[in-house]
Amino acid sequence: MVAILYLISALLFIFALRGLSHPESSRMGNIFGVIGMIIAVFTTLMFKSVLSYYEIGAAILIGGAIGSFIALRIEMTALPQLVAAFHSLVGLAAVFVAAAAFYDPVAFNIGKVGSIKSASLIEMSIGTFIGAITFSGSVLAFGKLQGTISGKPIVFKFQHLINALIFLLIILLIVLFVINQSPTIFWTIVIISILLGFLVVIPIGGADMPVVVSMLNSYSGWAACGIGFTLSNNLLIITGALVGASGAILSYIMSKGMNRSIINVVLGGFGGEQDTSASKDNSDKIVKQGNAEDAAYIMKNADSVIIVPGYGMAVAQAQHALREMGDILKKEGIEVRYAIHPVAGRMPGHMNVLLAEANVPYEEVLELDEINHDFPMTEVSFVIGANDVTNPAAKTDESSPIFGMPILDVEKSQSVLFVKRSMATGYSGVDNELFYRDNTTMLFGDAKKMCEDIVKSLSA
Amino acid sequence: MEAHSSEVFVIGLTVFFLACIIGYYVVWSVTPALHSPLMGVTNAISSVIIVGAILAAGPQGFDISKIFGLIGVVLASVNIFGGFLVTYRMLSMFKKKTKKTKEKE
Repeated sequence: MVAILYLISALLFIFALRGLSHPESSRMGNIFGVIGMIIAVFTTLMFKSVLSYYEIGAAILIGGAIGSFIALRIEMTALPQLVAAFHSLVGLAAVFVAAAAFYDPVAFNIGKVGSIKSASLIEMSIGTFIGAITFSGSVLAFGKLQGTISGKPIVFKFQHLINALIFLLIILLIVLFVINQSPTIFWTIVIISILLGFLVVIPIGGADMPVVVSMLNSYSGWAACGIGFTLSNNLLIITGALVGASGAILSYIMSKGMNRSIINVVLGGFGGEQDTSASKDNSDKIVKQGNAEDAAYIMKNADSVIIVPGYGMAVAQAQHALREMGDILKKEGIEVRYAIHPVAGRMPGHMNVLLAEANVPYEEVLELDEINHDFPMTEVSFVIGANDVTNPAAKTDESSPIFGMPILDVEKSQSVLFVKRSMATGYSGVDNELFYRDNTTMLFGDAKKMCEDIVKSLSA
Repeated sequence: MEAHSSEVFVIGLTVFFLACIIGYYVVWSVTPALHSPLMGVTNAISSVIIVGAILAAGPQGFDISKIFGLIGVVLASVNIFGGFLVTYRMLSMFKKKTKKTKEKE
């Protein structure tokens, strides 16, 4: 009976993911997920060994209240941090469950204290190891996304060698742990894994965060899997594998969006201090600067506008003002669409959520391969808070760090408007030659303020 | 005894690989626009680890493993409620915008 209920729960989780193939079916998918979770929890509460309903109920209420409070209050721009924080909790929970299984193996039917089955010990320590890495890695990712810690990659000598040695040390400790089942070794594994989690995320820069967040998403799944093996629980194994696969695929999509291998991202060090030779060459070039009225004039006289939002739009919270601008243009009979680069923002799909929040119909929001061939037929590209994802150097300059990265071909549209705070380079540290072209107008200022000013000029 | 536990492990491994394959196909079918909600949902369901935490917290009395279990329940609950709710919030923004384009303001 228990196995059947767990199976239903696992199937509902699969349907929950399946629902996300289309916005219309996605809400039903989320409900499937909730039902699956309720079934899983109540099935477990029906176990004969589970007696302390009050304590468990209280724990669920406390956690639920905290989780609900945070989820309802969070700004959509802060989603990446939130997700990172949540990942850390999954990792930590995995460590606690493994510890509980270690101290009370009878409750999990894996042997007695001091004589736990070897297979269970291996599974347990792997679950602990991944859980602890997920925990500390996510905490650090949270700090970088929140801005508490510098987003700059921190690189030091022999970094990868040190990580590799620590990894070997952990394997050695796991072997020892299986042999003598010592609590001291168990906690040593926890602490060293936490250290390794920090070290793994430290060299990864701000712009690579979408990959890191996806990767930690994946880890949290594998941690659940490890615990599932320890408890011989198929529901945990299935769910863990689904989450692990999901995170792995997202990491792959994100790395491809930057034309880099996952290994290359993980090894890190990207986006720090680059040699500034490229920008020196451009120091004497002339930049055409404009204001909101110019931008309004240019767009008003166009037939079609493609808006390219980036992380800068999210930081400035400009999505609502941007949508308002789009609405006015549409009323003038101008075709307005949005182009989203795979790595725009700080987590996969972040821009789509922000635009949806601002009530932009999702039919107008297109992915790179859907819209890229339309740029030559487009009169105005309005780039707001994005930079590297439009840089033609990715196609032409083999020496550029972003060479080979798929870009949005805004250069092919008749004119380009760039909303930027300053001439500063993007996260890759590469200068964008597009800024110096004749058909480019730079609009310096805060993205939100700029959109509001353009709206004013348009309505005037 | 040894044969039995290795059999259980192989069954687990079978389930694991099949689930990975299902996950692979299901996740590729997710539309890129919904990748953020995907992370929200996967984050919520990975907290199914609460099952293990409840088992640990189950027995009466108070010992160290029960405390670990209860902490696990709290942590996983934060995620379950938080994950599903934040996904719900995201998804309700993706509703089809029909007549009421300007509901607020």
